[in-house]
Amino acid sequence: MLNTIWFALWGLLWAVYFMLDGFDFGVGILHLFVAKDDLERRMVINTIGPVWDGNEVWLITAGGATFAAFPTTYAYMFSYLYTPLFLILASLILRGVSFEFRGKIELEGWKRFWDFVIFLFSLMPAILFGIAFGNIFKGLPFDANGYHGTLFTLLNPYGLLTGVFFLLLFLEHGALWLSFKASNKVAERAKSTAQKTWPLLLIVAGLFLIFTKWATKLYNNYINHPVWFIVPAIAVISLVLIRIFMKTSYVKAFISSCVLIITVVFTGIIGLYPNLIPSSIDPACNLTIFNSSSSQYTLKVMLIVVIIFVPIVIAYQLWAHMLFKEAIKKEDLEDKEVAAY
Amino acid sequence: MDTVWLARWQFALTALFHFIFVPLTLGLSFLVAIMETVYVKTGNETYLRMTKFFGKLFLINFALGLVTGITLEFEFGMNWAQYSKFVGDIFGSPLAIEATLAFFLESTFLGVWIFGWKKVSKKVHALSAWLVAFGTNISALWILIANAWMQHPIGYVIRNGRAEFVNFWAAVLQPYAILKFLHTVHAGYVVGAFFVMGISAYHLLKHQEIDLFKRAFKIGAYFGLYAAIVVFIIGDLHAFEVAKTQPTKLAAMESVWNTEKGVPLYLIQFPDEAHKRNAIQWFGIPKLLSILAYHNPNASIKGLKSFPRNDRPPVTITFISFRTMVGLGAIFIIFALIAYYLIKADRLLDKRWFLKLMLYAIPLPYLACELGWIVAEVGRQPWIVYGLLRTSQAVSTAVNTAQVVMTLIGFVFLYGTLGFIDIYLLFKYARKVPEPATTKGGY
Ligand code: HDD
Ligand code: HEM
Ligand code: HEM
Repeated sequence: MLNTIWFALWGLLWAVYFMLDGFDFGVGILHLFVAKDDLERRMVINTIGPVWDGNEVWLITAGGATFAAFPTTYAYMFSYLYTPLFLILASLILRGVSFEFRGKIELEGWKRFWDFVIFLFSLMPAILFGIAFGNIFKGLPFDANGYHGTLFTLLNPYGLLTGVFFLLLFLEHGALWLSFKASNKVAERAKSTAQKTWPLLLIVAGLFLIFTKWATKLYNNYINHPVWFIVPAIAVISLVLIRIFMKTSYVKAFISSCVLIITVVFTGIIGLYPNLIPSSIDPACNLTIFNSSSSQYTLKVMLIVVIIFVPIVIAYQLWAHMLFKEAIKKEDLEDKEVAAY
Repeated sequence: MDTVWLARWQFALTALFHFIFVPLTLGLSFLVAIMETVYVKTGNETYLRMTKFFGKLFLINFALGLVTGITLEFEFGMNWAQYSKFVGDIFGSPLAIEATLAFFLESTFLGVWIFGWKKVSKKVHALSAWLVAFGTNISALWILIANAWMQHPIGYVIRNGRAEFVNFWAAVLQPYAILKFLHTVHAGYVVGAFFVMGISAYHLLKHQEIDLFKRAFKIGAYFGLYAAIVVFIIGDLHAFEVAKTQPTKLAAMESVWNTEKGVPLYLIQFPDEAHKRNAIQWFGIPKLLSILAYHNPNASIKGLKSFPRNDRPPVTITFISFRTMVGLGAIFIIFALIAYYLIKADRLLDKRWFLKLMLYAIPLPYLACELGWIVAEVGRQPWIVYGLLRTSQAVSTAVNTAQVVMTLIGFVFLYGTLGFIDIYLLFKYARKVPEPATTKGGY
């Protein structure tokens, strides 16, 4: 039972991470296109300024929780996916410092350089996380003798499709965020980007659902327990709702997009159960929530910690989001007291 | 070159690099919170400008501390998979707790602090600074509990081919962890205090903003004196704990080869590892080492020769690092005392030599911190978990040498460049004169 609870929490941490840092990635990619001058770019960056670091901590928590609850999975997941993880790390490092560095020297070329860094290293992790999760859904090539893959094994059609799928999810998410967090022309451009991205997202989401049938065993759980189809169904509904809400309220469209990301991740997670990482060559070696977990004692201690502290974290993070809920205006950026980046 | 060796270098480099930025975060976060609190209490705008000036430096430093930490969190799984499998049941928990208790607090309230000048009241703003400071220190607590467990495993049984927790609190509350925590955070406060004093000294030497920087120097001097003394005292207790739990490390720290009673401390000494003796040992103070290590003049200290060869850590590097750290620790107390005296007597500005000295002393506490880690980590070798798991058995089996070389080169290049830029920016903004207080529109 504890193992199953931790499996759900594990999925939830990753899902919340993607829901939050997802819009940071989207914003980072889009800022080169929806902003036309330095002031506009600063506006875009400052929409995520107060929150991006707090969002990233969900990744650290997801990593830490994997380590604490499923150490064997942590060990294998991180060493099998060595190269993509290194690239993700390097990207997060470069993206993180660029927000701080960008405005610290008043030179056009310096700023343009860091703008490009923000773009590229928001794009890379968006795709790489998709590739990594696509491959986890599919299973990695390992057996009792170890791992038999390379970076290129990961670049299979299904992995790449998931990469594109994640990218589009985050682009849509980021564009919706900017539609109500930025103002004037930037918000207008973001709205039109969101509208243009939507059909692409629809197509790729459809392809993903179809190819999942052949590339993975995810649907087995659904066939055995059809009630769970409710989760992908909610995903489809939220995708449609985004379209509908874009006519009336971008905040609501953004919230639908949050639900979409959470349910997409859970569509995969439910299909994996009870595996954390299936083996694509020898099912007997699958890393499951039973053979890769910590002891019951540790799971219990950690559960207590999570039950007490995660609600507190959610409360103050929500408070911070409400504090910064207003759209960023150009006047704000000229006022040294308000904008830092 | 094998994978173990490369993975060790990678860990050592990335951890030491992370720890260039960590101690300043630990110390300066409190100092900035203090400055802001004085501002809120007195309404004196000098302190607001001071807060903003040092706050900016804090942020530039923080950026790199933050991103380099993520590397370490991933590195255990990437490079040390066998280790992670063996200790995960125990070691993962403090890491996960650190993120939940500390990093969220730190990052969320830092966001509020940076962007919230006009959004929250003065008091809440100052409170955010305190929450960031507590966050960084709570983070240090949990990561050091994890590290202390590697130094002195406790509260576990070996089951299913790995170490499993049977007593969480035993690991959390063990003296090794508490001492390590106190020693390390106070080391960070020394770094912060010397940083503030050094930069204030620079501006005082240039006769700019005398009032502001005299006040800043004073805050730094008080905080620094407190921290330098505590680091020293806790350091001594810490060594006492090491003597009990890791006799091989103690012997290497002091370069003791033969088991003896009532061991003297030689003021000048140098190990000769090849011949298992000391090349020089001059000016022995009788029984001092036994007193320091065991608080008993006649205690016997086990020499390195009484341990099997493959259980001995590298001696020279452990020894030199330890000696230098302790020497620096003594120097910091002296400097802090002089600073305290000159502030009290209001003679700081007359003593230009001292101001210069304090400016150039900024790197010294950093050096002491890095050396401290070298003592702790190299002195623990060849064990990754003392007495339980050897470093050579801890690396990932799925990772080949080429991959580690690639990431090692990647990190050296990446960290080199970013470190250079960051330090350049720190210099640039440390030299600037603080901006006039902008109080229009309230706060
Ligand atoms: C004594 C203190 C100390 C020590 C030994 C370490 N760290 Fe650290 N770490 C901090 C003190 C700290 C900090 C002061 O709390 C930082 C520095 C800047 C910051 O953001 O927080 C931090 C940041 C930081 C972050 C980014 C947090 C964020 O996004 O806000 C991570 C993931 C880690 N660390 C992880 C580690 C790991 C895995 C370590 C061990 C190998 C480690 N740290 C050693
Ligand atoms: C940030 C502060 C730290 C610094 C500066 C530091 C320093 C070092 C150094 C210099 C080494 C190399 C030793 C050698 O290879 O001979 C090392 C190794 C290592 N340390 Fe630390 N360490 C730090 C924190 C930690 C913490 C908190 C942990 C665990 C929680 C840890 C775990 C390890 C591991 C796994 C290795 C690799 C194996 C080894 O070579 O010993 N370190 N560290
Ligand atoms: C003055 C006397 C000092 C003594 C007797 C002392 C003692 C020690 C000892 C025994 C260790 C190794 C602990 C271990 O193996 O786990 C250590 C580590 C360390 N020292 Fe010191 N130290 C002193 C001063 C300083 C100073 C001045 C600084 C920095 C400003 C410093 C920073 C550190 C750090 C960062 C570590 C690594 C973390 C740890 O293991 O606690 N030390 N010190």
